[in-house]
Amino acid sequence: MREPAPHNHPHGNALTLPQAKRYKPLSDTRTESGTMDRNQALALYRQMLLIRRFEERCAQLYVEGKIGGFLHLYIGQEAVGVGAISQTRADDYLIAYYRDHGYALARGADPRLLLAELCGKFTGISRGKGGSMHFYDIPAGNFGGDGIVGGHLPLAAGIGYGIRMRGTDQVCLCFFGDGAVNEGAFHETLNVSALWDLPVVYIIENNRYGMGTSIDRASSVKDLYQRASAYGVPRREVNGMDIVAVRSALGEAIDRARKEKRPTLIEAETYRYRGHSMSDPGKYRTKEEVESMMKSDPILLFGRRLMEQERFTQADLDAIDKDVLAQMEDAVTFTEQSPDPPVESLYEDVYVRSPYIHMKAAEKDPAWRAAIREDRVPASLPPWKPAAPPPAAPAAQPAEATASAGKAK
Amino acid sequence: MAQLTMREALNQALKEEMTRDPNVFILGEEVGAYQGAYKITQGLLAQFGEWRVRDTPIAEEAMMMTFNFSLLALDMIVNHAAKYRYMSGGQIRCPMVMRGPSGAATQVAAQHSQGFESWYAHIPGLVVVMPSTPKDAKGLLKSAIRDDNPVIFMENEILYNLKGEVPEEEFHIPLGLGDIKRAGKDVTLVAWSRSVITSLAAAKTLADEGVEAEVVDPRTLRPLDEDIIFESVRKTGRCVVVEEGWRYAGFGSEIADRVQRECFDSLDAPVLRVTAADVPMPYAKTLEKAYLPQPERIVEAAHQVLYRS
Repeated sequence: MREPAPHNHPHGNALTLPQAKRYKPLSDTRTESGTMDRNQALALYRQMLLIRRFEERCAQLYVEGKIGGFLHLYIGQEAVGVGAISQTRADDYLIAYYRDHGYALARGADPRLLLAELCGKFTGISRGKGGSMHFYDIPAGNFGGDGIVGGHLPLAAGIGYGIRMRGTDQVCLCFFGDGAVNEGAFHETLNVSALWDLPVVYIIENNRYGMGTSIDRASSVKDLYQRASAYGVPRREVNGMDIVAVRSALGEAIDRARKEKRPTLIEAETYRYRGHSMSDPGKYRTKEEVESMMKSDPILLFGRRLMEQERFTQADLDAIDKDVLAQMEDAVTFTEQSPDPPVESLYEDVYVRSPYIHMKAAEKDPAWRAAIREDRVPASLPPWKPAAPPPAAPAAQPAEATASAGKAK
Repeated sequence: MAQLTMREALNQALKEEMTRDPNVFILGEEVGAYQGAYKITQGLLAQFGEWRVRDTPIAEEAMMMTFNFSLLALDMIVNHAAKYRYMSGGQIRCPMVMRGPSGAATQVAAQHSQGFESWYAHIPGLVVVMPSTPKDAKGLLKSAIRDDNPVIFMENEILYNLKGEVPEEEFHIPLGLGDIKRAGKDVTLVAWSRSVITSLAAAKTLADEGVEAEVVDPRTLRPLDEDIIFESVRKTGRCVVVEEGWRYAGFGSEIADRVQRECFDSLDAPVLRVTAADVPMPYAKTLEKAYLPQPERIVEAAHQVLYRS
């Protein structure tokens, strides 16, 4: 029998990915000493604000009926994702749950691709197949949002195992909510992570409610980070509304993972201002509770700190906001001008073309027929330029994407 | 050709592929120091080390020993491995093989004796393989390891000691390619895994009566080599599907559906199915025998489609 051609795939193994090069992640501005310089402070503030404005715009678009399905907003929790990811290296990995917009943005994904995904466009980062809960950005090491509570925790351990097998000093961050700690997968994952010394940092974003059930009614132990003690995993809690505190906790945990190959469990206490998803009126908590939590808003706190230290003026911060809002409008324009996925793409992305599948059988199946084309990672876009005039360029992008899609078939 | 048991053939396939590609590694319960619960992974730990042959705790949300216990990992298999490529718009590939014994063993009762191939074959994104001979087992496992899709590779515990000829040179068998296990002109018996052995026994009885049954083994249930089945049915005009899974919504009905649609003009009788009984597997020997497809039941079904009494 004839021997098939050897593997020659651009991403032969999902874990041996090329390093992210499309976007410049925040961590590029980190100084050697680990202290923030002026540029980095600005970048962190901008990143949190971008997520806030992105989510607010999503809520509007959802009400307008342009975004469908479930929409879980990250508003109120921005300091956790931005703070944690700002401590990672460009070749590190992350994997998260379904409230996943913030991580993709913090890891440098283009908001245009994300908004297009939310609106089910072909230009979306997952080609309109994932939606809000599935923002994968593999070139940036982002293994996306998982729709199953706790379902991605074993995958994080798998990524950690891959890192150990290859012997690199990469690290994987794994974000999940307080609801996930009651799942069996959480316990199995922490056990093997400690047992095999996996370089994974597990971050509980404790926003106090698993959907509508408060942790008081769901967890026998209220200090969720203490659950790691059962597995001998280093653990700590941190104020998730304070980005500086988050950065400090993550700096330590990432360092441990990178150098000692040991996991850490971090509990970041935070709060979501909006409902679990857009369909949640939030009747399980009081208006007063929400309002009191909003007083310690992570963006407000960090902005005030920046001004108190006289490093920035209100005008500086307002200028960032203006720029971020303009970037959002640009994303909306891009999305509106993007095409819907062609019906032919329905069967694409189910299987990988393979010389080990007999094509006679495969050709009978539309999903296998569609697998004959190469992988299509979303095309890179020109980076956002703050001072750019109302862009005409992005309008050409959807057409290009469609053209190349047509060619591939 | 060497005479090997299926156990030895599988072991060879693992060893060869792990030698060929340093990225291939094994995670599972008792795969290392214990040398495999069924000795399939014998000797691999010593050769490849613990990072490539990893004994796991009984953490079955993500790992397993036999397909009976794979139900705990269904979320990982169905919601994750099978879907990540689609949900990511083609950014992710999931090159993994989930292999282990499936189907009925001997007197281990309901929780340890069940065929789940119909469940997994139902899921887009998965490849489902069920070999019936040592040669097929080796050739298909090598393909499954090299393929970049998630593959469900279901072995049968009863067949581990089955001996057969296996080529000594390097070879592989493509996934999705069926095989004629016995040629015949009178009736088509479609079967996979251990049912192939049962069907061959039935074919022998039929041959004594002068009926030549053709035994078609698709070997892979997804993707399915339907042409090899259609060609046979067009020749014989009669078709019996044999499976060890439950009758209700079983994979045999998928084959029956395709055959009635594509070979309608060639069929001289309705497509019949010989399956396990629609009950949990009992423990007692007599009941176990009544539960599983037996050669006699296949002969009976063949008689029916041939309108012989």
